[in-house]
Amino acid sequence: MSRIYDKYRFLILRRIVQISLMGLYIGANVWGWKILQGNLSSSLLFETVPLSDPYAVLQMFAAGSLLATNVLVGAAVILLFYALLGGRMFCSWVCPVNMITDLANFLRRKLGFNAIQKRQPATRNMRYWVIGISLVISFAFGITAFEFVSPISMVHRGLIFGLGFGWAAMLVLFLFDLFVLKNGWCGHICPLGGFYSLVGRFSFIRVHHNEAKCTLCMKCKEVCPEKQVLHMVGKHSEPVLSGECTNCGRCVEVCDDDALGFAIKNLSAQKK
Amino acid sequence: MSNNNLESEKKMSKKQGEQNSARRTFLLNTARGLGLAALGGLVWSAYVDEVTASQLLLRPPGAIEEEEFLKTCIKCGLCVEHCPFDTLELAKPGDNKPLGTPYFIPREVPCYMCTDIPCVPVCPTNALEEKLVSNDEGELDITKAQMGLAVVDVENCIAFWGIQCDACYRACPLLDEAITLEYSKNERTGKHAFLKPVVHSDACTGCGLCERACVTEKAAIFVLPKEVAQGKVGDHYIKGWDAEDEKRLENAFGEETKTELSERSPMDSLNDMGGLLDE
Repeated sequence: MSRIYDKYRFLILRRIVQISLMGLYIGANVWGWKILQGNLSSSLLFETVPLSDPYAVLQMFAAGSLLATNVLVGAAVILLFYALLGGRMFCSWVCPVNMITDLANFLRRKLGFNAIQKRQPATRNMRYWVIGISLVISFAFGITAFEFVSPISMVHRGLIFGLGFGWAAMLVLFLFDLFVLKNGWCGHICPLGGFYSLVGRFSFIRVHHNEAKCTLCMKCKEVCPEKQVLHMVGKHSEPVLSGECTNCGRCVEVCDDDALGFAIKNLSAQKK
Repeated sequence: MSNNNLESEKKMSKKQGEQNSARRTFLLNTARGLGLAALGGLVWSAYVDEVTASQLLLRPPGAIEEEEFLKTCIKCGLCVEHCPFDTLELAKPGDNKPLGTPYFIPREVPCYMCTDIPCVPVCPTNALEEKLVSNDEGELDITKAQMGLAVVDVENCIAFWGIQCDACYRACPLLDEAITLEYSKNERTGKHAFLKPVVHSDACTGCGLCERACVTEKAAIFVLPKEVAQGKVGDHYIKGWDAEDEKRLENAFGEETKTELSERSPMDSLNDMGGLLDE
């Protein structure tokens, strides 16, 4: 039991958070619960607090839409939460696609695909290009470009309001991540992940590495979906500062040597 | 990008001079990035342009004009959740409608025109705007809604055959305003009357209760978006007998063209063969 706690506590917690958020949204549509209504594009918390996807609002702005106060406040709430506190937590704690791509990644490890395809033929900076293109298309065509193709919305909206052919989007993401590119969607292409990478780079909650305890087993890098952020492992004691870290906590729990842990950024800086 | 390329380039660079090769790699990678971005952008924009081209959707009450609606709706589904009749749906992948946006199909579930219009005030982006469904006092008034306009197919409407049916007329929530019955003599029998339904665009909200009620196999009265259903006269024709209609001209502007009067005598002009003869 304690082994499960040691090795999977954040994973289990994340799944609970992801699934219960999903449950609240579905409950709102099916049984009229008033806790969290809407979906990840825009929601209403307890019928009062607006929450909106800041990247969707940015596209609306680029498309030339008149932005209502409600949606601006909602975007500001979300933006402040992730920018100050959570970093890129959306990706690993909220987004439903995370469960699909995590499964693909798990199978990749178990089936040994990672040992065969050691090098990934694509740059992780692709997502920032996708953000740029999405804004250009939004501006040129006067529509929110990513919102009309986003598999995240297709999956999430689909589970709440009816899936349609959304299952195809889920399958494509799964197969793409399993066979074509390791961490392909979440780690390379998804502009929403890229957006939160940019937003979350100054947030307080960080994984910190203690080099003195590290035995260089590299289990953390094997399990990390954005392993470039762990470049300091075994070299220096410092926090993971890259915004691309999703704060999923997998590295913390797989570490046998207590060399990684969550902490508040500035507090640990004082310790030095 | 490909690390293999980088490495082979590095080996070559020792022979060719490092600066030259680094610059080449950089240029090539930039060009490749731009090429990929252009390709992706092209496919993406073509797709998005295509899926948003649909014009035959009925939007919830208070929806702003379609082009603005597509850029403003954030696809959260709050309107759908607040509709007590499950009228509204969000377009799913495979529906061939702008993905995630709300619409309704009146033959399945029409809009029942709630007086408190719960779907509109919850919209976080004002893609559904309260002003468009409010009266002059600023109170919500569902009769101001313009979701669409009911159109009668007079060839398939049995009332136009002379069979008595006033299903749409009775179903209309704005009885005798949006649909009226026009009486005329049935010359075929010589002793019966036609009771023909006529829709009035100034009152019809496009709720679709008539379409739902229509007794024919496929509804002979159906709701279309207003832009699709209506023609437009333009400023060239005015009802001169109608003072209201003349007001349309107040903001009209035309181009005034002036042709200079010719100085020449009419005879000269008639005899002028210039340009008509080969010379």
